[in-house]
Amino acid sequence: MEIVNTQTKIKRADIFPDHFGRRKFKNNLFLGAVIFFSLITISFVFLIIGTLVVKGYHQINWAFFTQTPPDTFTAMMAKSSGKIIPGGIINGITGTLYLVAIASLIAIPFGILIGIYLYENSSKRYATFIRDITDVLQGVPSIVVGLIVYLWVVVHITRGYSVLAGSAALAIMMLPLIIRSTEEAMKMIPDTLKEAAIALGTPYYKVVLRVLIPTSFSGIMTGILLAISRIMGETAPLMLTTLGNPAINWNLTKPVSAVPLLIWQFYNDPNMVDLIWSSTLFLMGFVLILNLLAKWIAAKRNL
Amino acid sequence: MLSVQHFGWKFLISSEWNPTQGNEHYGALLFIVGTLFTSILALIIALPMAFSTSLFIGEYFRNTRMASIVSTLVDLLAGIPSIIYGLWGFYILRPFIVSIGLSAQGYGIFTAGLILAIMIIPYATSLSNTSIMMVPNELKEAAYSLGATRLEVIWNVILPNARSGIAASYILAFGRALGETLAVTMLIGNANIIPTGLFSTGNTMASVIANQFGEASGLQLSSLIEIGLLLFVITTLINAAGKFIIKKMA
Repeated sequence: MEIVNTQTKIKRADIFPDHFGRRKFKNNLFLGAVIFFSLITISFVFLIIGTLVVKGYHQINWAFFTQTPPDTFTAMMAKSSGKIIPGGIINGITGTLYLVAIASLIAIPFGILIGIYLYENSSKRYATFIRDITDVLQGVPSIVVGLIVYLWVVVHITRGYSVLAGSAALAIMMLPLIIRSTEEAMKMIPDTLKEAAIALGTPYYKVVLRVLIPTSFSGIMTGILLAISRIMGETAPLMLTTLGNPAINWNLTKPVSAVPLLIWQFYNDPNMVDLIWSSTLFLMGFVLILNLLAKWIAAKRNL
Repeated sequence: MLSVQHFGWKFLISSEWNPTQGNEHYGALLFIVGTLFTSILALIIALPMAFSTSLFIGEYFRNTRMASIVSTLVDLLAGIPSIIYGLWGFYILRPFIVSIGLSAQGYGIFTAGLILAIMIIPYATSLSNTSIMMVPNELKEAAYSLGATRLEVIWNVILPNARSGIAASYILAFGRALGETLAVTMLIGNANIIPTGLFSTGNTMASVIANQFGEASGLQLSSLIEIGLLLFVITTLINAAGKFIIKKMA
């Protein structure tokens, strides 16, 4: 049986003024534009990573992680006979890890201490000053950091390009990120927790070490990982401070290589083009993993 | 500072950069112009994309799974090292620009500005997100109840309220663009001339330091360091302006 609808249908135009259709159209058009441009933005991530994977994967092999890069001639020979370029970027990998390790050793304790100071004395004049300086430091272009470290460390302390200089530059770039994340993480700690510890007569250093740092640990860790992933791919300051080294080096006062520096060298050498992509893929993978790890820790904290 | 004694204020307005022995003359104007030109271009290109993305995350798909995926991806964009952008620009973007016939070599202000735009999108997005999200719901609901469409709410309620936050985020992104080194160095063509148009080659302050630092000594080194100082002053001023706007907003 069919139910007949006897009610007269009310048309939209009866309720809304004439131009409603146009307004609605504009509204939808704008939504479309927003989605379109957002898609363009995120498509760059896939485009870039996709390019790296497609062009870089066939150079990734055991030798890539265990050998130093070949000289131009060997690379040219391998290329002309259609083989993959022998050798790898072990000097870059060890160099990057070494630089990051030393930079972290310098920046993490200082960063956390300064962060705690800012949290504990947030309204003092000196703390505000330090906070402003940290902001300035965060905005300094990386190449300017490189220049400054060159003038101070390379010229006067190590008297030549060195691991120490490179680490100092990277540490300067890490500091503001760590200070900020420490302070933000500490702000999330409930005051009652701290007061409880103080009420028990705990000395101040123990309050910091046993209460403040453990409770804000995941926040600080996120900041540290993000800072490391940020400095890992830095090339410009390293060009002015560590220069590069064709062999593995563990001496603090001697030049060292790093993955981004090697990429720059390969880029300037037409025979090494294939190595560029695998090195970039490796660097990108490393940075990506650190980034996602930091995100994961941050997400776990918020649950 | 050797170069300050040597050139004085003329360093800022001279556009000659000549490292030939015995005929040395250095001026920073062409690099300042190149830097500002690429960065402003990058900002203009990044504007629609960053604005759309922050509306996507902060308004249209707020607190949904889609928004969190998009914001993670945008954050990843910030995590990609500068040199990788440079390589990608050199091997993918540059041939593309040549193939669609915009420029013969693919180097130049436009290519550099384009890659810079991609690099600064995440910086421009993240802060505008938060300020768009911070617009009180009551205001939006009031507008909706008057029959406003979503676009009208965005235009008449959200934008005026989040204005300063959005402006600050673009200023900070601009500061970021000024100091970018390698990606620009690989794409701008490194010609020591004042850029004449969108597809002209040029040079920026950061990339001249990166390019010439290795061989420089004496007066040239000193001039490069002075350029570094100028770059520092300019970026710090820009950042301070951004921070000032944020403070005023809070």
